[in-house]
Amino acid sequence: MNWKIRRFGQAVFTVWAVMTLAFFLTRMMPGNPVDAFVARVGPQLDNPQEAYEMAEIYMNINPQDPIHIAYVDYMTTMLQGDMGMSMSQNSSVAAIMGEAIPWTLFVMSWAIFIGFAVGISLGALMAYWEGSKFDVALTGYATIITSIPFYVLALMLLITFAYRLNWFPTAGRRPEGVEAGFNIPFMVGIIHHAILPIFSMFVASGVASLTMRGNSIRVLGEDYLRVARLRGLADRTIAVQYIARNAILPMYTGLMIAIGSMFGGAVVLEEIFTYRGMGYYMIQAVRARDYPLMMGAFTVITIAVVISLLIADLTYGKIDPRAGNEDHDAF
Amino acid sequence: MTRSEDDSTTTNDGDEASGSPGSVDELIPNTGGSNDDGSTAAVRSDGGTVDTDSPFETTSTVTETRGDRVDRFLEEYLRTPWSILRDDWRALAGFAILSFYVLVGTVGVYLVEPTYPAHGPKLLGAFADWQFPLGTTSSGRDVLAMAVHSTPSILVMMTSGALFTIIVGTAFGVVSGYKGGLVDTALSTITDVFINIPGLPLVIVLATLLEDWINNPVTLGVLLAVAAWAGLARAIRSQVLTIRNESFVESARAMDLSTRWILSKEVLPHLMPYVVVNMVNAARSIIFAAVALYFLGVLPFSDANWGVMLNNAYNSGALYRPAAYHWLLVPMIAISGIAVGLILLAQSLDRVFNPRIRARHQDLGGDDEPIDADADADDSTKEMMNV
Repeated sequence: MNWKIRRFGQAVFTVWAVMTLAFFLTRMMPGNPVDAFVARVGPQLDNPQEAYEMAEIYMNINPQDPIHIAYVDYMTTMLQGDMGMSMSQNSSVAAIMGEAIPWTLFVMSWAIFIGFAVGISLGALMAYWEGSKFDVALTGYATIITSIPFYVLALMLLITFAYRLNWFPTAGRRPEGVEAGFNIPFMVGIIHHAILPIFSMFVASGVASLTMRGNSIRVLGEDYLRVARLRGLADRTIAVQYIARNAILPMYTGLMIAIGSMFGGAVVLEEIFTYRGMGYYMIQAVRARDYPLMMGAFTVITIAVVISLLIADLTYGKIDPRAGNEDHDAF
Repeated sequence: MTRSEDDSTTTNDGDEASGSPGSVDELIPNTGGSNDDGSTAAVRSDGGTVDTDSPFETTSTVTETRGDRVDRFLEEYLRTPWSILRDDWRALAGFAILSFYVLVGTVGVYLVEPTYPAHGPKLLGAFADWQFPLGTTSSGRDVLAMAVHSTPSILVMMTSGALFTIIVGTAFGVVSGYKGGLVDTALSTITDVFINIPGLPLVIVLATLLEDWINNPVTLGVLLAVAAWAGLARAIRSQVLTIRNESFVESARAMDLSTRWILSKEVLPHLMPYVVVNMVNAARSIIFAAVALYFLGVLPFSDANWGVMLNNAYNSGALYRPAAYHWLLVPMIAISGIAVGLILLAQSLDRVFNPRIRARHQDLGGDDEPIDADADADDSTKEMMNV
């Protein structure tokens, strides 16, 4: 219980640190966005006071306030969910993010889920048929795929399946001219648009199968497995209850690392597939030097990762009873 | 090399370098002297024959000459690794690939002259004209020259990023793992924060806001490494936690050696294998991240490099223009090629440091036992997800 509280505190601390970093970068750095904004907008307005007010609307920071008051103001408005106004999208950052989050989560969760499900099954089969042609071929494939960056794979998939074969749309996240809602064409359209992004993440995650293979082979050599066979347990029972369970355990760690890096990778993938999620808006913001939207996207992505890692960490004890409430190096 | 041998190495070094304060020599007579008083029996009840000498006072009867030390050094750092690597096709292939890139980055730059817009015809295909072996871009620039001339900056970026990752990661991990207490709490908190922040978005934000500082490959590499060191620090910390309770570290502490000495001479050598393998993996993820950010157009750039080439090709519609495929493929192959080299190197380095394989090669015996090729493959590929 004590450990859980500490872990929760650590998550809160991380979020605080990121918000403070965001404040520091927008206000304190030399040539920071706030000063730059005032210097750029100020001369165009009749009343210079207006520039400061606009800066506060956009970035939640009034340049005239002393630093500590500006900081407290900034943190309280951020905690209320107000992340300022976007300069390029003509909407509040919170609204843009709120609209984008479900799309990113949709693609990411499916990519992680499919990647791990397929990786675990393939890894188990590779371990079972260790040394066979199947094993050698897949191990080679996984090693090669590791050396190709996922965005290069995504580009290749996009060329092949979208531009050459026309199987999938080349851009976008939802079908055109279909009413949004729980109707069949819309749902199918969404899935149709999401398949390529999901697939390019999944192809790149051959590593899951390699890890599973290594784990399974390690478990296959354990003594308790020999005992289980001697006891005359059914092959099925041994495979599911003994091998799979123990081999999957360490995979949970990999899953948690994957969450963090996939949110990062989503930034690149969403840009390639023009998929309007959090990452897409972040890159658009960077291109347009739209600092409020950029910092907002960064903060939201970080909070999403922190929460997923927290959930993963806290549930680890449920999967591995040995971990219990102790401090474990889960990832 | 085995652990016991390593211990004797450090002790011998201490004997020879008797000048340094707090070295082993000064302490041994004291310990021996106090023990000496009670034990006068020639034969002990357990059958041991300890005369007046306490075991603490025994010194080696053979003095190690300078030649021996040089020989041992060569054996440890050159002959054994070489013997292992020679037998491993992955090491040879990895070294060959990386040397090729280094050659391209050093000599190739002088052989291939830099290109400029309207250097040749527009969008010439690959292998169509020997003046432009890999074709040209839509502005008539030579693709080969662009690829070659971006190699040096990529290599510099990779090296600086990888070095920063392992130096900061090791420093944080070793100090927090060894010191414990408040220092550990503080350093671990920082590490945890960095582990929780998604790397690529952090780098994008920093790159955008710190544009003025990151105008050269070295600082850029460091920036990319900001997101990469924390995982290593965490892993090293947990290794140090076990090492610090090993007997040889405990005895060093009992001898009142300085913390710096213990960390650098006792703890760090045991982490070196892990650190070196991680350095190679860090180099790979730095390149992946760098090219990704150039591709996104997030990083400021002055001249073409692989990522900028990808970006330009993408923006001029290479995805749906088969005539421009070569423009897209050349940087893709360049990145994947160096990554293959780094992966093979990491896998073979894993083997260099593997004590079992070392032992087999150490005595230069003609042991031709086939080596289990893929037992270590999964460890180094685990890092793949950390882009």
